Order: sequence, then structure tokens, then C-alpha cells
Amino acid sequence: MKTDVVIIGGGVIGTAIARELSRFNINIILIEKEDDVAMGTSKGNSGIIHAGYNDDFNTLKGELNIKSNPKFDKLCADLKILFKRIGSLVIGFSQEDFRKLKELKENGEKNGIENLEIIRGPKLFELEPNLNPQAKYALYAPSAGIISPYKFTIALADNAVINGVKVLLETEAKDIRIEEKQVYGVVTNRGLIETRIVINAAGLHADEIAEAAGDNFKINPIKGEYQLFDKQWGNLVNHILFPIPTKLSKGILVAPTVHDNLLIGPNSYWVKDKDDPATTKAGTEEVCEGARKLVPNLPHQDLVASFAGLRADIEGRNDFIIEASKKIRGFINVADIESPGLSSVPAIAEMVSGILKEVVKEISPQLELNCQDDFVETLVEQPKFADYLDKTGEWQEIVEKDTDYGEIICRCEKVSKGEILRAIHQPLPARSLDAIKRRVRAGMGRCQGGFCSPKVLKILSEELKISPLKVSKKGPGSEILKTKTKEIIKETGVKFKDEVRV
Amino acid sequence: MKLEYDLVIIGGGPAGLAVALEARRNTVKDILLLERDKYLGGILPQCIHNGFGVQYFKEELTGPEYAGRFITKLKDCQINVKKETMVINITSDKRIIAINRDDGLLHIQSKAVVLAMGCRERTREAIAVPGSRPAGIFTAGTAQRYINIEGYMPGREVVVLGSGDIGMIMARRMTLEGARVKAVLEIMPFSTGLIRNKVQCLDDFNIPLKFNHTITRIEGGKRVEKVTVAQVDKNLQAIPGTEEEISCDTVLLSVGLIPENELTSEAGIKLDPVTRGPIVNENRETEIEGIFACGNVLHVHDLADFVTEEGEIVGRAVGEYLKGNRKFRSQPIKIFPGDNIAYVVPQHIDFIVPGRKKIKLFMRVKKPEERVKINLIDDKGRVLTAYKKRIVTPGEMVSVFLPEVLLDDKLKNITISIKRD
Amino acid sequence: MEQNKIICISCPIGCRMTIQSKDGKITSIIGNACPKGIKYAEEEFINPLRILTTTVKVIGGELPLVSVKTEKSIPKRLLLKAMVEIAKIEVKAPVKIGQVIKDYLLGTGVSLVATRNIKRVDSNLFS
Ligand SMILES: Cc1cc2nc3c(=O)[nH]c(=O)nc-3n(C[C@H](O)[C@H](O)[C@H](O)COP(=O)(O)OP(=O)(O)OC[C@H]3O[C@@H](n4cnc5c(N)ncnc54)[C@H](O)[C@@H]3O)c2cc1C
Ligand SMILES: Cc1cc2nc3c(=O)[nH]c(=O)nc-3n(C[C@H](O)[C@H](O)[C@H](O)COP(=O)(O)OP(=O)(O)OC[C@H]3O[C@@H](n4cnc5c(N)ncnc54)[C@H](O)[C@@H]3O)c2cc1C
Ligand code: SF4
Repeated sequence: MKTDVVIIGGGVIGTAIARELSRFNINIILIEKEDDVAMGTSKGNSGIIHAGYNDDFNTLKGELNIKSNPKFDKLCADLKILFKRIGSLVIGFSQEDFRKLKELKENGEKNGIENLEIIRGPKLFELEPNLNPQAKYALYAPSAGIISPYKFTIALADNAVINGVKVLLETEAKDIRIEEKQVYGVVTNRGLIETRIVINAAGLHADEIAEAAGDNFKINPIKGEYQLFDKQWGNLVNHILFPIPTKLSKGILVAPTVHDNLLIGPNSYWVKDKDDPATTKAGTEEVCEGARKLVPNLPHQDLVASFAGLRADIEGRNDFIIEASKKIRGFINVADIESPGLSSVPAIAEMVSGILKEVVKEISPQLELNCQDDFVETLVEQPKFADYLDKTGEWQEIVEKDTDYGEIICRCEKVSKGEILRAIHQPLPARSLDAIKRRVRAGMGRCQGGFCSPKVLKILSEELKISPLKVSKKGPGSEILKTKTKEIIKETGVKFKDEVRV
Repeated sequence: MKLEYDLVIIGGGPAGLAVALEARRNTVKDILLLERDKYLGGILPQCIHNGFGVQYFKEELTGPEYAGRFITKLKDCQINVKKETMVINITSDKRIIAINRDDGLLHIQSKAVVLAMGCRERTREAIAVPGSRPAGIFTAGTAQRYINIEGYMPGREVVVLGSGDIGMIMARRMTLEGARVKAVLEIMPFSTGLIRNKVQCLDDFNIPLKFNHTITRIEGGKRVEKVTVAQVDKNLQAIPGTEEEISCDTVLLSVGLIPENELTSEAGIKLDPVTRGPIVNENRETEIEGIFACGNVLHVHDLADFVTEEGEIVGRAVGEYLKGNRKFRSQPIKIFPGDNIAYVVPQHIDFIVPGRKKIKLFMRVKKPEERVKINLIDDKGRVLTAYKKRIVTPGEMVSVFLPEVLLDDKLKNITISIKRD
Repeated sequence: MEQNKIICISCPIGCRMTIQSKDGKITSIIGNACPKGIKYAEEEFINPLRILTTTVKVIGGELPLVSVKTEKSIPKRLLLKAMVEIAKIEVKAPVKIGQVIKDYLLGTGVSLVATRNIKRVDSNLFS
């Protein structure tokens, strides 16, 4: 296989770069080791589009966040995903906190954010009636917003695919082929992909990829755990509520999600394993305790999910690495993309596009990068039954055209069969239960798939024309079912006889 | 299709079926039953074990057989049934929106509505089990559906969390099909299921049941690989040093059922914080006149027979309601749970019914107790009547009769308390 | 004198009973709330019996399995052996509730009967 550019990693960064580069008349392959995009850090994070007052404008983090924030309205409108600019409040309790809020405000203003405001007194509780009554001050940043990070990633990938990017799932980069300090290809579990340009957007594993190309840095994962509450609680807060940030993190927040759940988290601590987003009891307690400082009455009885994400941290370095390798031609690192990575996506993609132009000039001056005139910038809005509950007449028309939209598969999130079929056949198709869940929310509600997973499993098996035994939760190795009923007893019936008290 | 009915029943499990048949016997004419599944019977077709009907039919039937009897009768009664139709909204003025493939959206107006949607299972998240999120974690009811209906085994080596009936029944079911059930863990010091199920599902197969134990961690990347199990103290907190690892590929959760209460609360009906079903009077009528509820959507039953009984109460009550000749008490009698009682259904008594002799009250206790008296106590602390019970446990619903003669005009509250005999 | 504590499973009440015996003979049974308990205790003492409920493979049915039960109880020690036997059985749809799927299961004289109806369909994608 041969191509012009290989992007390693299907997180929000890799897919955003893929979409941005698909404007050009070049061949691009994006490889992702899991069975879907958004399986790494891009699925387990807070989903906040920060206003940009935290970091110094002289850092890439500061600069790219500030540049990106205003772009989200159009980008999300184009990609047909939800983005809600609900604003954020950093909450202070003491005089000391007040000083810190002022510092943040000043930094934000230096960065060019105009509408920051420090709020105190009754107005604070008008904005947030359920806030801890001991709160005294808040830094209000109206331009902060919320997004679904995995839906964003999937939409970016869909759009990239529409514009010609090839996404290879379950394809893991094992090595980089280098000859005379020039990239020649990527060795994967499925064979060699010949290319002269590699973009390393492998998230937590970016250090391993970089090492193969002779660049040295070490990524340490920092875990962050979350809890998500039932939809009836999304309105417990109206803004994103942060505590006073520390050097290490922005702290445990309380915020609604775009789907009206209530999210609390993350804590933060170093771990060893880069691929183990397990939650812990201590973490759960820490997150609850942290969140209660902001909102004392949390609906613990209505927890619907807990999850964790891992930040890619390089010790001692407090900024993104976005640059062409100084040692190897054709190798571009987009690494250490920790928070506010999500908030910086559009500007990161543009910056990489600029770097790519330089790299192309250097390694193949004869190649001219031109924008494709048929670049498709927008996705088509796809109807969701949950959005039509008060417009049933309109949904009726949809069902009349396609009866699959009349069969409800997920009762909690009200997802029709038509929507699930669409997820299985969209540009970047869903092939597992979790992939369906991320696209259309079937299985994401209160019963967590208890009701709909057998049905979704059946639909996947029928559509993909595979045995139900092959349908998985998240790729090979995670199949839901073991064997047909009767098969085990046929093999082992006698063996276990002794264990039965007879 | 016709869009106006005297009675619309939502849910075709044993509750809905009983309502339909009994309402027809009580001269309700225009009945529509809506069921989202392809088959009637609710949860029963997948409950292939026996233990149904001992009270109602005086013989021991399996779940499918028990449901089958009502379904056959229903066919003889010419009751309109719409299957594969999901109700998505009910309003307080009894308009129902439902959806299916053939009709699309249906807007139905009814004079009376019965909620009979059953219950759903509590999930891992509801009890916050830490660890990773691999394949291989199922609620027991979902596993039951895979094994008994779809024909697939979800696992080979199993740990069951929770000793509710479904968990114990599935431990046996999976053992019979050749899987190895390594342990059933129960965080409480007693089983939350029926005692007979412990005997015939666990003891018979030497499946260890560990009380005061829970899973503290699930491990595995793609598929469950093992669980860490620990003993808990009186406050249900894991005791350090008691952890033990059990390798398995499957975790079944049987950690409780919750009434399917979305439609109920969206209609603006008040829920009981303990049952999480609606608050009802002796007719199982919710706070909205003409909207009734029965079966697991009202409170979780352990016996289908009691569900049927409750459905029949509602069937008759709907008949009375539609005739419009009901007589209210000057003030309702409220019934409160007292010592060791978690809840009582019905929560209040509203009507004066000539000829009625007694009212059956259903309740659940909080913890097991032996040799007890169930006292019905009035506002002034006087014991109105009392019943002796040899044993009460949370896994088994308790019922007592409230004699009509005790219900004088001045009575406002009754508290039910368990006392050592 | 020996004492065995057992729990009656003949109905959901689950009476806790005590069997007293001497030289393998029952001398008294107490704790049962109804006569069925006595019968159960006697059987449990000599040869415990259980109803077996499971499923059998169906060919050409709307569902891949039909639920079945032993018409009467069979010795408890035969339960798993019976499961191995039953795993080999296949029936053709349609199946009627009450239909005998296999008689003389393991020579017990007890038959295995269907506990639900299964309609015939021409093809079944999911099995
Ligand atoms: C707890 C937490 C909270 C956060 N909150 C916010 C926030 O609110 N706002 C914000 O702006 N940012 C936030 N961030 C940061 C943001 O989530 C990240 O910056 C962003 O998701 C990084 O995306 P990525 O594409 O670099 O990484 P990833 O999403 O991890 O993508 C990397 C991908 O590469 C794949 N991969 C790895 N190795 C290989 C290989 N060898 N071959 C093929 N594929 C490979 C992985 O499977 C993965 O899919 C948060 C981060 C964390 C952890
Ligand atoms: C595993 C298990 C084992 C059991 N074992 C026994 C036993 O041995 N003996 C015994 O007596 N009892 C047993 N029971 C208890 C008994 O089966 C239940 O209490 C009984 O089935 C409850 O009846 P129901 O009609 O309230 O609910 P269900 O049977 O759950 O029926 C509810 C129906 O409503 C439908 N519905 C829900 N929402 C909608 C909607 N929005 N629109 C349309 N339709 C809807 C559902 O599809 C379902 O068919 C057991 C239960 C379980 C789960
Ligand atoms: S003795 Fe009678 S009442 Fe008691 S459990 Fe047995 S059958 Fe039921």
C-alpha cells in the first residue's frame, strides 16, 4: 500500500488533521489500532471548550486555545454536532481565592479575552442556585462551552472520509521505516504502508512512535476519573463550574453535558498503564468529594456511568509538541496534547497543515499542494427520534418514507432502528456495540444497554453478515457471547458432574 | 385505526394481561393493549423455570406456561392488542403517544389508562463497581434472555453479584448448561431472594453463596478476566485484608429491579421514594384520576401470582371508574411504613365500598426477623389488629388484611410496624 | 436420633422444617404449613426429586429454542446427565405447548414436554 501521508492515531487530533489535510489533493491514510476512532483520551475527558484564560499566550497551549475558541460555532454547525456555549465559572471561597481569580482574569485579558467578569454576592446564586452557599466569588467566562468529544472526533473522521481520507481501523503502527534520515513507510500489523510523510498523533503512545523515528521524549499517563448522572440532573448547574486551578490541573468540575447529563470529575494521579482506564473506589470518592465542594447536593442515587481518561503528560514540559522532527525528514510530531487539547483542535489542525506545506517543500519540491475544489465542508443533518418528541408530525413523515424509523430499539435514549442502521453505514461505520453507542447513544441511558444490547447485537450481526458470536463490544477479543446454548454442556457436561451435590 | 378507547393498557406482561381480562369481565368494552415486544407475556417467556401459578392456579407452572394461559384467554375475548408498539408518552389528560413500524406515530385518547410496564434491572453503575469496562458484564435478566430466547451462552466462568431471585436462577441455569458458576456474592447478611431458590438453585449444585461479600474491582481489557472480592463490614464497606481474586470471564449482576417509571413521572404522577413506583390508593389508582398502575411498574413483586391479583384489582377498579359511581371517604386514610417496614402498597385508602369486608395490604420488610407480630396501629398509637408471622424477609413480599370494620370515619393514619412476638 | 433441617421448596413460602430420624427412618417432621411439606420432606430424605426446566433446539422456528420441562420430578442426581442428553435433541417447528419432546427421559419414565408454542418460519437469520 502506498500513500502520500500517514496519520497515526484516530483521536480528535488525528482525525482533525485528517479532515484539514483532506482539503488538499493528496492521498491520506489514517490508521487507528482500535476498532473505532475516539477510543483513547478523546473519549474520556471533560468535553470543555475552554475560554483560554488558564495558559500563557506565549505557550502553544495558550495561543492555540485562544485561536480555536471562536471557531467552534461554525465548525460544529458544519459537522452537525452539538456545541453549547454555556460559559464557565471558576469558584472562589476566600480572599486568597479572590486574588487568584484576579490573576486568571488578568492573564485572560492579556490573551485577548474581553468579556471576563468577576462576580460576587447574590448574582452568583442567581446564576447557580445549587452552588455551595459558602462560595463568594467567581470568574465568569461566557465564551467557554461544552461538546461531546467522541461525537466531535467521529464527525471529523466522517468528514475526512467523505473528502477521500482512508481510515484503517484495527491497524497498529509497529515501526517507522526510515532510510537515510527520510521516512519511507509505516510498518503495521497488516503490513507496510509506504509513505514519505508520517504525522504522529498517537496520543499516549506518541513517545513510542517518536522513538521509532529517533525522537526522545517519555509520556507518563495521568488518570482522571469521572461520574455521570442521569439526564434529569443536567440542569442542576447552568454553567461549567471549576474550583481554583492548581499548577497540575483545572481541578474537579461540575458541568452539564450536551446531552443533559450531569458530569463530575476529573481527579488526577499518575499511573503506569497507558491503556487501562479503570475506575477505582478511592477515585470515585475523591471525585464526589471534590464536586460536593462546588455543589453540595449531588444525586448519587442516579449515577448512570463512571469512566476514566488518561492525559498524555511529558514530565517537565508544560506545552504541546507540534513540529517537524529535526532529525528525520517527513516525520511530524503532534504530541503531548494534554488539556486544553480538545479546545485547541481547529488551530492545531491548521498549524499542522502549515508544517506539512513546509515539509512537502523540503522533501518533494515538485509536488504542489492544491486545495481540492470539491472539498465538502459540511455533514448532512441526520434525524434523531429523541429530537422529534415534540414534533411527532415531522417524524411521522420520516417513518412513512422508511419504516425502520418507527421501530424503537433503545428505550432509554429513544433511538430508532433507522438511526442504528445509519450508524452502521455512515462514512466511518460502527462495527461494535460501543461504536454504535457513541454514534447514536443506544445503550447509553439509564439501563446501560440491558434492554437494547441484544437487539443491537442482532442488527449488527444481520447488517455486517457475521455470526452473533462475532459481534463485539469494542473490537476483536471483546465478543459479547461465548457460544451457542447447549454447546458447553455437550463438551463439559460430564466433567462438572462431580461438583454437583447429588 | 381507531384512536379512542375506554381503556388503554400499557404493557402485556402478567399485570397487563390480568387487567385486560378482568376489565372485560367487568363490562369494559373498548380495550386496547399496547406491547412493545413481539410477544405477549412480559418477562415470563424468558423465565423458563417453574414456580409460577402455585397460588393462582394451585399448580406449579413455568413462566411461559403461566403467561400462555392468559394469552389464550385474551384471544377468546377479542381485546385489541397492538404488539411491537412502544408507548413514548402519556399525558395527565390520558392522551397516549405510541410508535411502531406500520402506523408510525399513534395519538390515542383514552378514558382510563393502566400502567403495566414492568421493571428494569439495576446496573453496575447504579451500585458503582469500580474497575475496567470490558465485555462480559451482564445484568442477570439480559443473560437470561440471551440463553433462553436468543440461544447463546454469554459466558463460561461466572461470578454472580447479588442473591436476588434472578441471580440465583441464572446461577443454576448457567450451571445446567455447563458453565461454571464460581460464587454468588451478597453484600447483605441475608439473601434478597426467595429461600426456595437458594435451596434448589445454589445448594443443589454446591454453588457457594457468600454473604457480606461484594466485588471491589472488575479487571480485564477486552473481556472480563477476574474480579476482586472482599468481605464487608456493618456499613457495607470492604474490609482491608479480606480481598480475594476469582478468575472468570463473566459477571452477572442481580442487584435489584426498579419500576420502569419514565412514562409515569413524565405524566406528572408522584412517585413513592421507596418503591419508585407511583403512589396509589386501594384501587391502584395514581394521583391522577383514571390512571392506574399494577405489577412491577408499581412495586417490584417476587411472585407473578401477586401481579395477576393486583391486575385483577385494577381491572375491577377500571370498571367502577368508568361507570362513575364511586363514593369517596370524607378524607383518605394514609398508610405509613413503621418499624422494619420498607414500604406498604397501597399508600392510601380513598373509597367507601358497600359490602367490602377487607383490604389486602402488601409490604416489604427491611431486614429478616423471626417470630414477629405485624401491628396495624392508628393515629393514637392503638393497635387496631395484629398478625403473627413465623418469619419475614426482604425477599418475600408480606401481605395482611385490613378489616373494613376498623375503618371508621375519623381514622386518618395507619402505621404498620413489625414487633418481636 | 438424627436431626435434619430442610427447607420445603414445594411452594414459594419455603417452610423451614426439621426431620427427626432414627436408623434411617423418619420419626417426626415438623415445621410444614401444609401437607405437601410432609411429602416433600419424605422424598428429600430418601431420594430428592426435582423438576428440570431447560430448552431444546428447534429447527425452522421463529426462535432457535423451545422451553421445556420434565412433566414430573426426576431424581436430583440425574439433572446434569439429563442436560447432556437433552443437548442432543432437536425438534422441528412448529412446536405446541404440552407437546412431548422426549418420553422416558434417561429411562425414568418421565417425559420432557414443551412449555410454549413455537411457530414455523421459513428462514431464521439469527440462528
Ligand atoms: C481527564 C482529561 C480531561 C480533559 N479535559 C479536557 C477538556 O475539558 N478540554 C480540553 O480541551 N481538553 C481536555 N483534555 C485533553 C484532551 O482530551 C486531549 O488533548 C485530546 O483528547 C488528545 O487527543 P489525541 O488525539 O492526541 O489523543 P487520543 O485520543 O488518545 O488519540 C490517540 C489515538 O492513537 C491511537 N494509537 C496509539 N498508538 C497507536 C499505534 N501504534 N498505531 C495506531 N494507532 C495508535 C490510540 O488508540 C488513540 O485512538 C482532557 C484530557 C483528560 C485525560
Ligand atoms: C428472572 C425472574 C424470575 C422470576 N421468577 C418467578 C417465579 O419463579 N415465580 C413467580 O411467581 N414470579 C417470578 N418472577 C416475577 C414475575 O415474573 C414478575 O413479577 C412479573 O412478570 C411482573 O409482571 P409485569 O406485568 O408487572 O411486568 P413484565 O412481565 O415485565 O411486563 C411488562 C411488559 O410491559 C411492556 N412495556 C414496558 N414498557 C412499555 C412501553 N413503553 N410501551 C409498550 N410496552 C411496554 C414490556 O415489554 C413487558 O412486556 C420472576 C421474575 C424474573 C425477572
Ligand atoms: S410445607 Fe406447604 S406451605 Fe410450606 S413450603 Fe411446603 S408446600 Fe409451601
